[in-house]
Amino acid sequence: MENENNVLEVRNLKINFNTYAGTVKAIRDVSFDLRKGETLAIVGESGSGKTVTTRSIMGLNSPNAVIDSGTIMFKNQDLLKKNRKEMDAIRGNDIAEIFQDPMTSLDPTMKIGKQIAEPLIIHKGMKREKAYAQALEMMKLVGIENAEQRINNYPHQFSGGMRQRIVIAIALVNYPEILIADEPTTALDVTIQAQILDLMKELQAKTNTSIIFITHDLGVVAGMADRVAVMYAGKIVEYGTVDEIFYNPKHPYTWGLLNSMPTMDTTGTELPSIPGTPPDLLDPPKGDAFAARNKYALEIDTKQEPPFFKVSDTHYAATWLLDPRAPKMTPPEQIIERQKHYAKLTHKAIDEHKDKHVEEQEEQL
Amino acid sequence: MVKYLGKRIFYIVLTLFIVSTITFFLMKFMPGTPLTNQAKLTPGQIHQIYKQYGLDKPVWQQYLVYLAGVVHGNFGISFQFSNQAVSYLIGSRMGPSLIIGGQGMVLGVLVGLVVGSLGAVKANTWIDTTATIVSILFVSIPSFVLAVLLQYYLGLKLRWFPIADWGGFMYTVLPTLALAASPLAETARFMRTEMVDVLSSDYIELAKAKGLGKVGIIYHHALRNSLIPIITIIGPLTVNIMTGSMVVENIFSVPGIGEQFVKSVLTNDYPTIMGLTIVYCAMLCVVLLITDILYGLIDPRIRLSGNNN
Repeated sequence: MENENNVLEVRNLKINFNTYAGTVKAIRDVSFDLRKGETLAIVGESGSGKTVTTRSIMGLNSPNAVIDSGTIMFKNQDLLKKNRKEMDAIRGNDIAEIFQDPMTSLDPTMKIGKQIAEPLIIHKGMKREKAYAQALEMMKLVGIENAEQRINNYPHQFSGGMRQRIVIAIALVNYPEILIADEPTTALDVTIQAQILDLMKELQAKTNTSIIFITHDLGVVAGMADRVAVMYAGKIVEYGTVDEIFYNPKHPYTWGLLNSMPTMDTTGTELPSIPGTPPDLLDPPKGDAFAARNKYALEIDTKQEPPFFKVSDTHYAATWLLDPRAPKMTPPEQIIERQKHYAKLTHKAIDEHKDKHVEEQEEQL
Repeated sequence: MVKYLGKRIFYIVLTLFIVSTITFFLMKFMPGTPLTNQAKLTPGQIHQIYKQYGLDKPVWQQYLVYLAGVVHGNFGISFQFSNQAVSYLIGSRMGPSLIIGGQGMVLGVLVGLVVGSLGAVKANTWIDTTATIVSILFVSIPSFVLAVLLQYYLGLKLRWFPIADWGGFMYTVLPTLALAASPLAETARFMRTEMVDVLSSDYIELAKAKGLGKVGIIYHHALRNSLIPIITIIGPLTVNIMTGSMVVENIFSVPGIGEQFVKSVLTNDYPTIMGLTIVYCAMLCVVLLITDILYGLIDPRIRLSGNNN
């Protein structure tokens, strides 16, 4: 591991999918770190490669996925070099995952107590009674009332929000070091969404688990994440702390994402959106993949892929606009507003601005 | 549960009543009489026999007499088979039919489940292809063709099993195999489709994320969930076995009710035909009832509310 604060280091990951139409270059050189106890949000539109990235951490990509290059270091071992049995021992023990739809991710014919106890029996070799006792503790921890009776219920006897709590209990029952949450609240309605997010934060504080939080909902990111990585067409295009991404974004794609998120100040009749569609990854374009949809695109964007430019120690963006030779561009009005806000923020004491920012995001929600 | 069972049993009785009524009148509309082939009898003798069996009375009266008998478990006296009581005739022939039918069903469904699961787990490999071809073959080959092939190869050529007749386990093997083919094929096809579906579902993904191995996933999660639709086809499969047994029992000279049924139809033996129809119908009703109870055992979502909590 390069940094001892990191629990996971992904380096130069490239994943292709062999399909009948040809080779889809789904992940094109992705690198990122996950620090101990932090929440890293990966945002991006559908098909940008968020899920494929985390699937490869779990070793659960479909059989036609080919790891072209890269390493995923966890506890000084490359997860990509492990075989299925070795990965089985890690999954559900050191790295766990929460899925998108709680209505379908529980086995409909198995009592939930058994489903929660299963990882304990598999990984810790626990006896039935002991595992069930621990499962019961876990159910109480995730806020399921009457846990003693509910442990013998089947999934269909629970609501969607309760089921997601059960899925979280299953994921956390072995106190994993890494929790991958793949759009865990997308299938839930807004009030339940907020409850589940609060629960995740609360449990993270108790267990010090690192979370990779995948979402396309920037509103959720603001309240949840410490750091954000923005993905587009199989690449990370910008990453930084949550404040840096929200209030000082540098990549035109991040601008577009933030602009298409309605806020309390949004006026007018039309919600801004990013024109066009993501590129065909069967044949990725030369240069910056976002160039065709980017009204700030420079000539070089169509010829050469931009490298990462450093904005601050924690903030990097892959856009030629940050090159010293690039012409000065004025970002969209909304983004300028955000940057003004950021300038104000950076002058204030750090803990103060964090509180304020959280409050503001809650207002926006 | 008790209330539910009571209701179901009431419906079964109702079904049996309707079936026996329909069969009775269908029989009356059929051309020919039990004595059609007895050319040597004089009209006087025929009348004498009719009177003995009550066939000279009006049809509605015959119907009532018959119905009253059925309620008491008395299906009348066979016209053809040495004047035995039909209920005795059926009772004495029930055993062999239940043995080969039961064996065929259990063997077919169990092997079908294994073949289907294998096909699903190894989807799109040579194992899957082989399993599919076997199921298509077994579905397409009628049981009587298979029966003859079995007799020829396993009986005549290899001399492993007796070709026909009845008397001990060895005699049941060939008829059982002939009967098992169709349920095997049906179960395998359903199981494969269902298992492929289940294996791609979210909760299997979650089971993988728990770190459960391949065998564990299939045994703990996939099997039970795939079984639910299989129960649905047990009813139709029972019908398959019943109709199959009529032919298969004849080919192997098994002294069962299927063979009896065919004989009775060929000789217009009204009481026996009707008795057997009711027995067949009752067996199917019971199988369907068992199926519905099985549903609840396997799928908690279908479990009756009174049974929960």
